[in-house]
Amino acid sequence: MEFGFAIAIGGLYAAGFYMMLRRNIVKFILGLSLLGHGANLLIFTAAGLTRANAPLTAGGSGTVMADPVPQALILTAIVIGFGVTAYMLVLGGRVSQLSQADDVDALRESERGAE
Amino acid sequence: MMHLLPVYPVAGLILWAAVSITLHRYPLAQMAVTALALLSAWAVSLILLYTATFSGPIVLLVGNWPAPFGITFVADRLSGLMTVTALTVSLCVWLYAAFSTAREATGQGFYPAMLAMIGGVCGAFLTGDLFNLYVWFEVLLMGSFVLIALGGGRKQLEGALKYVSVNLVSSALFLAGAGILYGALGTLNMADLAVKMHLQGMPMLSSAVAALFLCAFGIKAALFPFFFWLLAAYHTPPAAVNALFGALMTKVGVVAMIRVFTLIFNHETEVTHTLLLILAGVTIAVGALGAYGQWEIRRIFSFSIIGQIGYIIMGLALNTPLALAGALFFMIHNMIVKTALLLTGGIAGKLMGTEDIRRCGGLYVGRPLLAYAYLLCALSLAGVPPLSGFFGKLALIRAGFDAGAWAVTAVAVAASFLSLGYGMKVWMYAFWGPLPAGIPDTAPGMRSPSVESSARGMIWAVAALIGLMLLLSVGAGPLMRFCLATAEGLLDPREYLQAVLGQGGGALK
Repeated sequence: MEFGFAIAIGGLYAAGFYMMLRRNIVKFILGLSLLGHGANLLIFTAAGLTRANAPLTAGGSGTVMADPVPQALILTAIVIGFGVTAYMLVLGGRVSQLSQADDVDALRESERGAE
Repeated sequence: MMHLLPVYPVAGLILWAAVSITLHRYPLAQMAVTALALLSAWAVSLILLYTATFSGPIVLLVGNWPAPFGITFVADRLSGLMTVTALTVSLCVWLYAAFSTAREATGQGFYPAMLAMIGGVCGAFLTGDLFNLYVWFEVLLMGSFVLIALGGGRKQLEGALKYVSVNLVSSALFLAGAGILYGALGTLNMADLAVKMHLQGMPMLSSAVAALFLCAFGIKAALFPFFFWLLAAYHTPPAAVNALFGALMTKVGVVAMIRVFTLIFNHETEVTHTLLLILAGVTIAVGALGAYGQWEIRRIFSFSIIGQIGYIIMGLALNTPLALAGALFFMIHNMIVKTALLLTGGIAGKLMGTEDIRRCGGLYVGRPLLAYAYLLCALSLAGVPPLSGFFGKLALIRAGFDAGAWAVTAVAVAASFLSLGYGMKVWMYAFWGPLPAGIPDTAPGMRSPSVESSARGMIWAVAALIGLMLLLSVGAGPLMRFCLATAEGLLDPREYLQAVLGQGGGALK
């Protein structure tokens, strides 16, 4: 099962970076969220995939449980990623409104020093 | 009771940020609340530093879960020192902002965002858990995203977009690194990671994960070759935001790097630390050369932030107590002096109506105090002997010679001359030299009275920073001894490990 996950993670990273290099603000943001999902799946897989019970126990020991920590980490990362993506979309929208372009190559205003 | 204190500079400031949002209709109240929050957090951080120095690290186990399982906050010498410095500089920036941005930016959330960001910065300094460090990075980034985009026009928002996107890529790398580390060692507590790394190691993976962290923190610290976002973003917002970023944002990345590379990834130093040393050398050179080629005051000093980061990383890469102590001293000096310079640049820009030094001149005649303030800071930045910049560089260069790292030491010395060069370039053009022909003279009296009075107020912030800088120069001996003790604690972390893990920490060495 790890093999399939590894392929999926690699695919997400590749797609994410490809999208980010497309020079378009919206595609960049999509690429960034793909990258975030790739990282989340990576945590999930690296911590070990177990087919076992939910990490809740009535006190008895001996049952095999899934590790709850990666789930907590991913949950946190997803929430943070959601907030950040929302901010990014608003900022990107405002920038493309102001500069009349969605091509990141056109965004050179801030790097232009005094000539 | 004492062990609860590390929470205050973090959660306290964020709570105060929430309070100050509710006061958005009352700018003065908002300003006062911000001052109150910063002052109280500053007092707490002083207690933290004092206790950490004289009775060992303060450890807070959140929810009372024992160390490797729950989240820990650790106030040791390094985090105490950084928290105190960060809050001191923030107070000075507050003073500047009270006279400048207050009129333009309050009501748009400057103060709440500033408090949230500083809370996140303190969290990143104080946490003892790798994933928690990621969370604090996101918190401080959120605050900084708001600050950098506040009230901005096209130029500023474009810079903000670049800043935001590059930092988010860095966070994704950090997250991946933390995930792999958890998969390999089954823990995220930094002390526990250090022990496990020492006992079982991670053959194959160790250097790869170290490289991931190097990239993630390198982007945040603006290390070569990851520094391009800084040049696009830092000089666009108002000077107060610029100074706050220059003082805090890159330094958080550097401190995270120091923590991770002294505590966790210190086993394959011939790979990781050699790479760091090369990157540090190139960063120093690129920063100094780049700054020399610029013509706008705040662009010059934003570029020079990059070079200074190189010096700090050089100290980390040399990995000796003297080098690390030099790096810490240099970092404190730099946070203070760079803030002063960026604020001076902001005042000069406000007075002249432009920050292009070729269109400025004669500031010395109308503003001798501002001119002397600038001169002191620029000399200190370059490392001219009696001033604070000298001592940090001396320790770093001495450590470079001791380690036989000739190339990087030569670059560090040469770059010092270059930094004197660009410091004097601004002095000659903007302060000392005459106003170029054909530029209308905006002599005192012709400017609007509001600019005059706000400039008079803002200079107090610069004066406070210069006072701190002189204090640093006079007290260089004791502070350097303190930095040496801190560096020894970083290189031999038994005290830290024992404080966090109890007796289990003794397993190391």
